[in-house]
Amino acid sequence: MTATANVASPAAPPDDTDDAIPKSRFDWLPVAFVPLLALVAWPLMGSTSTWLTLTGAGLAMGMIIFVIASGLTLVFGLMDVLNFGHGVFIAFGAYVAVSVFAGMSDWASAADAWKNLAVIGAAMLGGGAVAAAIGVVFERVLIRPVYGQHLKQILITMGGMIIGEELIKVFWGSTPIVLDLPQAFRGVFTAGDAAVEKFRLFAAAFGLLAFAVIALVLERTKLGLLIRAGVQDREMVESLGYPITRLFVAVFVAGSALAGIGGALWGLNQHGVNPQIGASVNVLIFIVIIIGGLGSTTGCFVGALLVGLMANYIGFVAPKVAMFSNIGLMVAVLLWRPQGLYPVTSR
Amino acid sequence: MMLSRLLSHDLPRSRVLAVLLIAIFLGLALAPFVFPGTRALNVAAKVIVFVVLAASFDLLLGYTGIVSFAQTMFFGIGAYGVAIASTRWGPTWPSILAGIGIALGVSLLLSLVIGLFSLRVRAIFFAMITLAVASAFATLASQLSDLTGGEDGLTFKVPVALQPGTDYLAEPFLGVSIDGRFVSYYVLFVVALVLVLAMLRIVNSPFGRVLQAIRENDFRAESIGYRVVVYRTIASVASALFATLAGVLLAIWLRYNGPDTTLSFEIMLDVLLIVVIGGMGTIYGAVVGGVLLVLAQNYLQDLLKRAVPLVDGIPVLSQIVSPDRWLLWLGILFVLSVYHFPSGVVGRLRGGRARQAES
Repeated sequence: MTATANVASPAAPPDDTDDAIPKSRFDWLPVAFVPLLALVAWPLMGSTSTWLTLTGAGLAMGMIIFVIASGLTLVFGLMDVLNFGHGVFIAFGAYVAVSVFAGMSDWASAADAWKNLAVIGAAMLGGGAVAAAIGVVFERVLIRPVYGQHLKQILITMGGMIIGEELIKVFWGSTPIVLDLPQAFRGVFTAGDAAVEKFRLFAAAFGLLAFAVIALVLERTKLGLLIRAGVQDREMVESLGYPITRLFVAVFVAGSALAGIGGALWGLNQHGVNPQIGASVNVLIFIVIIIGGLGSTTGCFVGALLVGLMANYIGFVAPKVAMFSNIGLMVAVLLWRPQGLYPVTSR
Repeated sequence: MMLSRLLSHDLPRSRVLAVLLIAIFLGLALAPFVFPGTRALNVAAKVIVFVVLAASFDLLLGYTGIVSFAQTMFFGIGAYGVAIASTRWGPTWPSILAGIGIALGVSLLLSLVIGLFSLRVRAIFFAMITLAVASAFATLASQLSDLTGGEDGLTFKVPVALQPGTDYLAEPFLGVSIDGRFVSYYVLFVVALVLVLAMLRIVNSPFGRVLQAIRENDFRAESIGYRVVVYRTIASVASALFATLAGVLLAIWLRYNGPDTTLSFEIMLDVLLIVVIGGMGTIYGAVVGGVLLVLAQNYLQDLLKRAVPLVDGIPVLSQIVSPDRWLLWLGILFVLSVYHFPSGVVGRLRGGRARQAES
């Protein structure tokens, strides 16, 4: 749509969606950055155990960010809708988790690991369900009337964010709430001198699972094929008779649910929630999807891992500039590839 | 006509709006006399500062059609410039001027870099990148406690002429003591007036017309031969400089600056609310919206307090009308404005022919 999009042409062949019939080669270079960053950081961290701990924390953080950001980037890719109110879903997910933990406090404090897992599962499920429900309303009331108008989209989703944050204060109060991990997920696994928090391991595993499921759905199902086709060329899919709007609503709601689940994980990872949680995570996920290339799931995954690792390494070495390290990362990536790591063709 | 030239021939074009603007002008000009009391004067000063800040944002959002979330960053740079210079070099005029100069320089450089970097790719990038940079800047300001005083901020002295203890007349004049505070208020008022008129001049110049052309259709503007990137960048730099000056005014009035006063995201949202509710693409919208929001912030809570007894005991409803939830109501008003009257209060008053501000 915008003229400027044509001026800056992607520096690399667009092979994010790699399952096309003349099979394009997968671009491994950006993926290689993740281990590269970890290796560069190794000598800088002082000791191997510190490095291992930080790497574990960084990967876990990256996975959670990916769960949150994946929906946003897909929605943007599919419908050219940039949802500045994505943080609302994160915040509601986290707050619902708080309520679930309060309601199931017996199980959360039980010594039985399975009961603990059930509480976390219920929290994630509840957070996801509530976020999905809000997503339906959000899409219907706020986003549908302003398709194709970027300026209004930004404004109106920002307005949705303000309202959502205030509603959270109505239901849960405006003071921060502590969210303690269940018994079995506290503490750390130790391997030698290195320590990785148990919950982070769980979060990383879940993030990887989420990525696998999303990738499988996108690559191996008809639904995924339609979504990928829609990202590439929306009008073409529409003219072939597929209801792209319904597809979009489905992706939007799924993305909201993922953000809610991610929000629950994020709240647990931070050991607490506050009404501004959505706005603060929003900044991170914007950086992630810009780095990854707007609309690209793989790019989002790689970007999330890079940001997570970077935040932890720099946060350890020079905490004062931790926030700027992510922006530096973004600037560096954009100088190299102005459209992000995995540019999506039609944008 | 003199007045028409002062307003750059961009007259209110609506009798109600004209009356409203004159009322606001007189109210602010005579505030120390008409609304006695420290609180009222503080509110009036806040209105003045926010009008300038919102007008500077309107330059970008309303006239150029790009969304920035870094307006408070430049606001903060201005306020910190004065605060740091006054703390380091003493409360003198030269140090304030030096602080303003440095702040303007920093804002210029920063906005230029952000603009050239992100406006080149896509306009929508600008919104996201400014959001990220502004939040990083706020974190940085609260971390560098040696320079900025960290979370506590900086309390500093202003030059003697503006200090509250300085009395110019032994007797109160018309019931108002003519002291440094009084002088400060009028310094604020006059500077703000000049700034707003200057912005009105800019948006009604040929340059401003090009900005509006870019807002309506950037592709066409480029085809006619205007370098869209250059114009957008200049607009964002100008907007940043005006925001910096608004920050300077706030710091001089409060004699304090901290992260929550100028850099917080809440203030960014306030500015967004002001411009959208007041009316995008009309500098007057910033004036009307600024008055509306600051009054709501300070007095809507009192109003809501009266509603509380009516719904006392009903669980959720009593929370919704609680005085602390004033922002909820403004948020809803904001969303409704974007839908139903995108040109805001001012556009509404001017009638249906108001220009629609969208890309």
